[in-house]
Amino acid sequence: MKKIHYREWGIESPRYWGLLAVLGVVLAVAGLATLYMEHEGHWVTGMNNQIVWGVPHVFAIFLIVAASGALNIAAFGSVFGKKIYKSLGRLSGLLAMALLVGGLLVLVLDLGQPSRLIVAMTTYNFKSIFAWNIYLYVGFLVIVAVYLFTMMERKANKYYPAAGLVAFVWRLILTTGTGSIFGFLVARQGYDAAIMAPMFIIMSFAYGMAIYLLVLMFTFKLDGRPIGDKLLLRLKNLLGIFVAAVFYFVLVYHLTNLYGTENHEYEAFILRDGGIYTTLFWGGWVLLGMLVPMGILFHPGLGRSRGAIVAASLLVVLGGIVAMYVIVIGGQAFPMAIFPDKIIIESGFYEGVNGQPLHYAPSLPEFLLGLGGVAVALTATFVGVRVLKFLPESLADEVVDPHHG
Amino acid sequence: MSQKIDQERRQFVSVAGLAAAATAVAPGVFLLGGSAEAEPRTDPVTDKVRYGMLIDTTKCADGCSECVTGCEKENGLDLLRMPEGADPEEWDRQRPRWMRTVKVKDRLTGRVSTLPMMCQHCEYPPCVDVCPTGASFRRADGIVMVDRHICIGCRYCMMACPYKARSFIHENIDRQLSIAPRGKGCVESCNFCVHRVDNGESTTACQDACPHGAIVFGDLNDPNSEVSKALREKANTQLRADLKLNTGVRYRGI
Repeated sequence: MKKIHYREWGIESPRYWGLLAVLGVVLAVAGLATLYMEHEGHWVTGMNNQIVWGVPHVFAIFLIVAASGALNIAAFGSVFGKKIYKSLGRLSGLLAMALLVGGLLVLVLDLGQPSRLIVAMTTYNFKSIFAWNIYLYVGFLVIVAVYLFTMMERKANKYYPAAGLVAFVWRLILTTGTGSIFGFLVARQGYDAAIMAPMFIIMSFAYGMAIYLLVLMFTFKLDGRPIGDKLLLRLKNLLGIFVAAVFYFVLVYHLTNLYGTENHEYEAFILRDGGIYTTLFWGGWVLLGMLVPMGILFHPGLGRSRGAIVAASLLVVLGGIVAMYVIVIGGQAFPMAIFPDKIIIESGFYEGVNGQPLHYAPSLPEFLLGLGGVAVALTATFVGVRVLKFLPESLADEVVDPHHG
Repeated sequence: MSQKIDQERRQFVSVAGLAAAATAVAPGVFLLGGSAEAEPRTDPVTDKVRYGMLIDTTKCADGCSECVTGCEKENGLDLLRMPEGADPEEWDRQRPRWMRTVKVKDRLTGRVSTLPMMCQHCEYPPCVDVCPTGASFRRADGIVMVDRHICIGCRYCMMACPYKARSFIHENIDRQLSIAPRGKGCVESCNFCVHRVDNGESTTACQDACPHGAIVFGDLNDPNSEVSKALREKANTQLRADLKLNTGVRYRGI
């Protein structure tokens, strides 16, 4: 294994600025959409008093979950001592921070009172998992920044393993917190389950890895830097294993629910009768988001094709967003069991008359805000790799593989 | 801590206010006849009382929603107007409700009951547990409400409430009552007409509005209160009793 050299992203200026310009347009449109929603109030969105968290939460939670997952690649290098991943650590840290900032921005801008962020930062109810999460998110940014510093500054190198361990443990706690936002909700049938926390952790492994692979291949391809098969195939195998693990958790979650009679109606809703939510669950999350990518990644021929790896990663990302939609929106659309042994036949407040799901039609500005979060994450990443030495000059087999030659 | 500060501030303001008032209106004090309406507000809220309510659904008439009308008038919910350009159907889903009527049918017997639903004023409210800033809080006297000065509009309480009791303000507000201030982007719900309670009144607007006497409000800690007597007299139940939230609102006949 040779010494790894890092260099700023060297693509030609017009290409770089063109890329930023495209992202800038997305950001501008997202900004306008956000201003519109803030100015008018949430009535211009599809959200209502039944579906209180809409598409912005879908994007925000996806990005936050993916953020903690993107840090795993660095952890494989420092915590688990896998030398081959060490060279990937810098981008891993940068991407993790960028994704988290993007997700948090969406979350904050969807608040009813975003200007009261200072209240959220100064007034705490420590029984609230949301309040803990504020600490976990801010702490994550600080810890990963320090971790990056120990990677990039030679004098701080000796603290690198310790920083890596702290960052890895912190990211596990952070995703536990994110999953527990739902796990702790006793009122709703689809949530209120301890499995939400570990399920979110394993989802973060998959989504973070998929995004990492896409960004890595994109930045390297554009700059003409080589990625050897050895490393790429390892990464894609890991992605396949992570997706399989998500599949396992989804299976256990639903099987456990199916065993208890009290959850039969909820399961029937998601798995069979839920209309758009059923379609998204089977078609988007299970088929396109898990089975197809697993098929590609583990296929002896396709799994070695770079185009197919990119397609599989894109599908995992898409499936992840769909998964969040099914969890966040589907979980709310299923009427709460306020009267478990009764059927509601009339209601003055839309609470699932005759078990009907609650209505939500997402609006364009909500999607734009969500995409804005993605654009923030990508912009931060591209600017980061351009101005600082995040990317290795080469990830060719002879550079990264300790056993090569 | 913040409660303590609030109380101290309240006491200070009252003392200062009384002093100022005494100087200013002393000459006319006899003419005013000693209006003492603000008196109870000087006392801190205590847990010696726990406010609660009994709803006798056997008295509720099918199609009646007088309690809802009374509530909306009292708390200024009837002043809200649909934003220009909004879809009436969508707006109806977004319009806030503190109270609504629900008609339920027993799955086994087919028995139909009509009942009003609102915040159940839990002893252990999930909305208070999840609120990141503590804006969602439970007063010592059992009233669960939202401090709209520190509500950031995250809607986590709405996710957590098992009774769908809370509403988010989706629109700009141009008309409101001083007793029930509201603002775009905050969450609110039934507060047992807390302004009445704090003024020493003993009924809520929904109770006053009910033509059938189906709603009784009062102090659950006082064995001699009307609500305590009524609760003792016949069987009643709390909604989602399995959650063990010890709700302040109880139902009879369902």
